[in-house]
Amino acid sequence: MEKNQPFVEIRHARKCYGDLEVLKDISLTVDRGEIVAIIGPSGSGKSTLLRAINDLDPLTSGEVWLEGTLVNQVLPHHRYEKHINQVRQDIGMVFQHFNLFPHLTVRGNITLAPRMLKGLSSEEADQLAVDQLERVGLLDRIDFYPSRLSGGQKQRVAIARALAMKPKVMLFDEATSALDPELVEEVNLVMKRLAEEHMTMIIVTHEMAFAASVCDRVIFMDHGVAIESGPPDRIFQNPTEERTRAFLSRHLRNS
Amino acid sequence: MDTELLLRVYPFFLEAAWVTILLSLYTTLLGLFCGSLGAACRLSRLRFLRTLGVAYVSFFRGTPAIIQLFLLYFGGPQVGIQLDAFEAGVIGLGVNIGAYMTETIRGAIISVDKGQAEAARTLGMSRIQSFRKVVLPQALRLMIRPLGVNINALIKGTALVATISVVELTYTAQRFIGSTYRPFEMFLLAGVLYMIIIYLTGRGIAWLDRRARIV
Repeated sequence: MEKNQPFVEIRHARKCYGDLEVLKDISLTVDRGEIVAIIGPSGSGKSTLLRAINDLDPLTSGEVWLEGTLVNQVLPHHRYEKHINQVRQDIGMVFQHFNLFPHLTVRGNITLAPRMLKGLSSEEADQLAVDQLERVGLLDRIDFYPSRLSGGQKQRVAIARALAMKPKVMLFDEATSALDPELVEEVNLVMKRLAEEHMTMIIVTHEMAFAASVCDRVIFMDHGVAIESGPPDRIFQNPTEERTRAFLSRHLRNS
Repeated sequence: MDTELLLRVYPFFLEAAWVTILLSLYTTLLGLFCGSLGAACRLSRLRFLRTLGVAYVSFFRGTPAIIQLFLLYFGGPQVGIQLDAFEAGVIGLGVNIGAYMTETIRGAIISVDKGQAEAARTLGMSRIQSFRKVVLPQALRLMIRPLGVNINALIKGTALVATISVVELTYTAQRFIGSTYRPFEMFLLAGVLYMIIIYLTGRGIAWLDRRARIV
């Protein structure tokens, strides 16, 4: 791939709920292997932006591109479904509330989609589950139901489930916000390991310390606008925008 | 209370109870079929089907079941629908309870956390795949108990078909009152048999519910 073609690109994203404009003409690019954090106050539109990347919350206008493919194509229903289901296999997503399937074991959670969508045999799928669970350090929980896992373990399984589709990019929507403080670290560690493997990641987070230590770039959003963007050192130590400064001082005071 | 009389008539009541059980069983099956179809309509992407679903539920919940039954059994022949009393009973009650089951099934489906379908769709599953493998298995567990409530109402509702002379429990009680003039004993006996049927059904539902919750 040419260096000047971005891996993920959002062009002029706008999103309205009735009269409320939650995304106001946002454009951004993410390179392959880059790790980007999106920070900002709640209601700033950062989750909406993230959920627009796999078209879970479709944009009102604007484009999302992944590796030269337009994600949010306007197509007749059946063709759109086929297209988006294909694209979504390449975009892993991790949710704040894990959204593990409670009626399936950890193994079932991880293997369901690969078996269904990639036609893996049960042996291949099992091996895949083993591999992914090793990555998140939970191989011994393979036959557990989610109800028997701690929050941190649930989120690590959710990450393994997303990784099992071999995605090109991973989206994290406040992956540690619902966790007890003592469980945050184990999830952060898994994410750090992914960063070391050069997984492309877009991370919506409230954890400034984590963003600072892991991410290549931080984007600060407020009221549907990307206020400023830059390397974490600069954003956290020396923000140029007044709103960023105000947010950071408020945030650091509260935490 | 005339116990000797009870001993003499109870075999007839047992036979009638069997008719009530069959009637309930067929009605339940038809109700589940109509309810699933109705719920599928109510949750469809197509507006036409949604409207159809709403119309179905509104009509059958918004009019007395006895009117629906009479319409089918007495009014049917006028428009070329010839059914015997038992058939009319099953169809009339089944389609009626199906409207209630439509709402039960739909309620269970929409109360499965939205994040479940989102997670499935995010992995690349289609709407149908995500419904079949993720949402429905969870909804089935949620709908067992409320469907049990529908079935309980349905069993008691079968008494209605006495009015179109299906020889079930209530009809049998009335018939024996005509010849014995002992309404107290006859209705009491019928009531006890209804209670036994409902009790056992309730146990069955509770068992299913427990089994479904094993994880």
